[in-house]
Amino acid sequence: MSIDMSQFYQAFFEEAEELLAQAEHLLLDLNLESPDPEDLNAIFRAAHSIKGGAATFGMTDMAEITHVLENLLDKIRKNEMALTADHVDVFLAAKDVLNSQLEGHRSGTEVDRSIEEAVKERLKDFYEGQATPKVSENKVEETSEREKPVDKVSPETSSQPKVKETLIHNYRVEIAKLNDKDSVNLQEELGLLGEVSHKRLQNGNVEYLVKTEDDPETIITICTFIVEPEDITITEAKDASSAKVEAVNTMNLETFYVVVESLDEKDIANMKSELAILGEVAYSRLPNGSHEFSLKTSDGQAEIISICSFIVAPEKLKISNTSTDESRAKKEDKPSTNYIEEDGFGLFEPLPEPVNSSSEPLKSESVKEAKEDGLQEGSKDKMPAEVKTNQEVIPAKTEVVPPAKAAVTAKKETEKAGSNNENTSIRVGIEKVDQLINLVGELVITQAMIEQRVSKLDPIQNEDLVNSIGQLTRNTRDLQEAVMSIRMMPMDYVFSRFPRMVRDLANKLNKKVEFVTNGAATELDKGLIERIIDPLTHLVRNSIDHGIEIPEKRKESGKSEVGRLALSASSRGGNIVIEVSDDGAGLNRERILSKARQNGLPVNENMTDNEVWQLIFAPGFSTAEVVTDVSGRGVGMDVVKRNVSAMGGSIDIRSAPGYGTTMSISLPLTLAILDGMSISLGASIYVVPLNLIVETMQPKMEDIKTVTGEGLMINVRGEYLPIIPLYALFNQDTEIMHPTEGVLVILEAEGKKAALFVDGLVGQQQVVIKSLETNFKKIQGVSGATIMGDGSVALILDVPAIIKMGQNNSQGVYQ
Amino acid sequence: MSAATELMNKESIEASADSREFLTFVLGEESYGLEILKVQEIRGYDAVTKIANTPDFIKGVVNLRGRIVPIVDLRIKFHLGRVEYNEFTVVIILNLSGRIVGIVVDGVSDVMNLQSSQIRSVPDIVSSIDTKYITGLASVEEKMFILVDIEQLMNSHEMELIDHVQS
Repeated sequence: MSIDMSQFYQAFFEEAEELLAQAEHLLLDLNLESPDPEDLNAIFRAAHSIKGGAATFGMTDMAEITHVLENLLDKIRKNEMALTADHVDVFLAAKDVLNSQLEGHRSGTEVDRSIEEAVKERLKDFYEGQATPKVSENKVEETSEREKPVDKVSPETSSQPKVKETLIHNYRVEIAKLNDKDSVNLQEELGLLGEVSHKRLQNGNVEYLVKTEDDPETIITICTFIVEPEDITITEAKDASSAKVEAVNTMNLETFYVVVESLDEKDIANMKSELAILGEVAYSRLPNGSHEFSLKTSDGQAEIISICSFIVAPEKLKISNTSTDESRAKKEDKPSTNYIEEDGFGLFEPLPEPVNSSSEPLKSESVKEAKEDGLQEGSKDKMPAEVKTNQEVIPAKTEVVPPAKAAVTAKKETEKAGSNNENTSIRVGIEKVDQLINLVGELVITQAMIEQRVSKLDPIQNEDLVNSIGQLTRNTRDLQEAVMSIRMMPMDYVFSRFPRMVRDLANKLNKKVEFVTNGAATELDKGLIERIIDPLTHLVRNSIDHGIEIPEKRKESGKSEVGRLALSASSRGGNIVIEVSDDGAGLNRERILSKARQNGLPVNENMTDNEVWQLIFAPGFSTAEVVTDVSGRGVGMDVVKRNVSAMGGSIDIRSAPGYGTTMSISLPLTLAILDGMSISLGASIYVVPLNLIVETMQPKMEDIKTVTGEGLMINVRGEYLPIIPLYALFNQDTEIMHPTEGVLVILEAEGKKAALFVDGLVGQQQVVIKSLETNFKKIQGVSGATIMGDGSVALILDVPAIIKMGQNNSQGVYQ
Repeated sequence: MSAATELMNKESIEASADSREFLTFVLGEESYGLEILKVQEIRGYDAVTKIANTPDFIKGVVNLRGRIVPIVDLRIKFHLGRVEYNEFTVVIILNLSGRIVGIVVDGVSDVMNLQSSQIRSVPDIVSSIDTKYITGLASVEEKMFILVDIEQLMNSHEMELIDHVQS
């Protein structure tokens, strides 16, 4: 059977990316001394989900590395191994490898296999280095399962979460290998769930009777703080009502027998864990030497085949609803139906009770105890049947344990992941959102048109209409705001990738850096948020490399050894201000000036600090004494400035020697909306981006100078700026031919200033930017168009291009 | 089945059988035809926003329900007819593979169903429209219609409507 998987690839890529980011975040926050088990579990879950997805999509490289990662994580989360900084390092490295693999799969490019292998080896080394004895022990456990049937999590625990009820359950929790101290601890822990009583059994195991509303999973989770999950056995004694609920819940489950003729040891285990994803699984070796997995699941045969196909070729699988081993099936089925009808648990597979066929006295002992406790109400008469079942079945069923355990984890994961995704967000294509925004934009324009027309009517005669329109205006405004907010993403999306980078960089440069973020919830347009990452990365690197000093130096100057790097975002008016500040050495005025002179930049001693700071944005400018592989090559700050300008933002520097530097980036809230000043020229209206306007003025005759009798200049407080007449640039008729009759708009873009001569100012407003190129072509000097309140189109001026045109176009110069 | 739908069915059968529908329009004394499937709508002439430094036949751009659409006056481009703008001036809004362009013509006359047998090839003549954009000539009841490949024409260099990669 074949399913077209390609449609799911994108979803997997996105999900994996999120999971990786989440895992990294958790890793960085881990407290080495006492890692929060919930965090470890979350990291484990992320790795497991990626593994599952990668295997499904045939990305074996990712599946392999996550598998190794998962093994190691599993050990740590079970406290079999202490978490060290080295672990975190290797996990982070593995995460990077996964990221690059993911990228490779997404774009179809090759990834560097050597790093991948190296990381895998390191993971394996960690795993085996301290795990060798454990591994052998595991094997021992497996082989000695007959003697220690207590090492089990009963299968019904895995299906327990399906039953949503608040009934009080009575659980019998049996723990192997528990010393007195731990048993007291455990009793306290379990006491958090409900009533607990405990006693030591004759075989040295400890038995707890827990009366709680929680499910067995919770009990297992709690127990795992103190004991190995393998050593826990949970059985449930219920009253009749809950038994019925459970019985009903099991009705949809179907049993499949999957038979494979030949399979090696490793694949048996793999099969079990894969099938456990679907439901309860049990393994047995048939007399003819083939392997049989019995699977109880609500899924269909197709799912089983697709899952198995990772391990065994589908044609080698035999799947049926009846066991091939007829006699065994009969034996099995009969008691198990008993179970469902009468006892209400042990959903299908006869429970491997903590009773052993090879140790008769112990068996009867535990049964007796159970009876005496009276917790297994109504099950007394069934006890013999139960025992019989176990006696017969256990030899074949001993292997049930690991898969059942896996099922517990698997279900837990899918449930958690599922509920998170479903409840908190839906994935919608960005073009759908943009379409919605466009439509609302049009609605707003139409609404403005209606409003304008209504305003011409007599307000007394049409009072109702005027009121209704007022209501409509408010509604459309709310609607527009709400729709625009869909595109907004929290800055956390950007900030979350920095802790890792800061940590790595600080390590590399032997600096101590404390990283704090502020205002991560501030929202910014998705388009902008993606474009701000690179400039911010650059600024952060700069701060760590050049700003924050090495610990010794900091000590000398009386500062704390640990430097502080803060990343903050806040919204001020219609802008978002993002700041990167450090408490490092600050910018060095002298050095910048001397460097600028070397580079041939026009500088003088009288420049203000602010002007000096702006010099660092010049291309090729670096004051770093040594070029490191982190920064210092002088490429970057100019790119940062260019990127920020391209987003319609500006960048500002505040610095004091010895106290640090703050780089402040101010961005418009969204790319689609622009704060503009509309200006008039003849019969047309143009829009100039407000952030590029320095000031506007009506010049006096004596301030206007000519150069060689041609080009016009304006003297603005001692600074001479070229005058660019827009009518000449755009060859447009107007009656206002001399700057003194019109208005000069002083523009600044890309470090250049010019005075644009227009007829007059119309007003300031927010406009929605529309592309001219969609249906037309690029027009020089025009960056886009917008629709004005009256429905007409106004062009938005491309200020940098206009300044350039003014310089090049001799025709454009006022005669 | 009503007579009307019967007729429509008949027409659609005819249309599919080796014939195409054309929208015919008038430029000066001449009648032209363009494939109806390229036409999005027909509307009156609204105020346009002039665009600097473009040829005079590009009248500018208009707001077509939130889209910025360029308007080309074919009368100016091909020096045909009297160029005046009043309430009878017609703009044909074309949808050329997703690109929306408006053309100003003297008037829209009819929608015609032309069999391929009615379409004659173009002789080598000199005209202001390059003959490579003329797909054929059709005579219907003594009148001649010039069939233009409007998409190619609008995308051509001379219309200056799109950026062409410098070759």
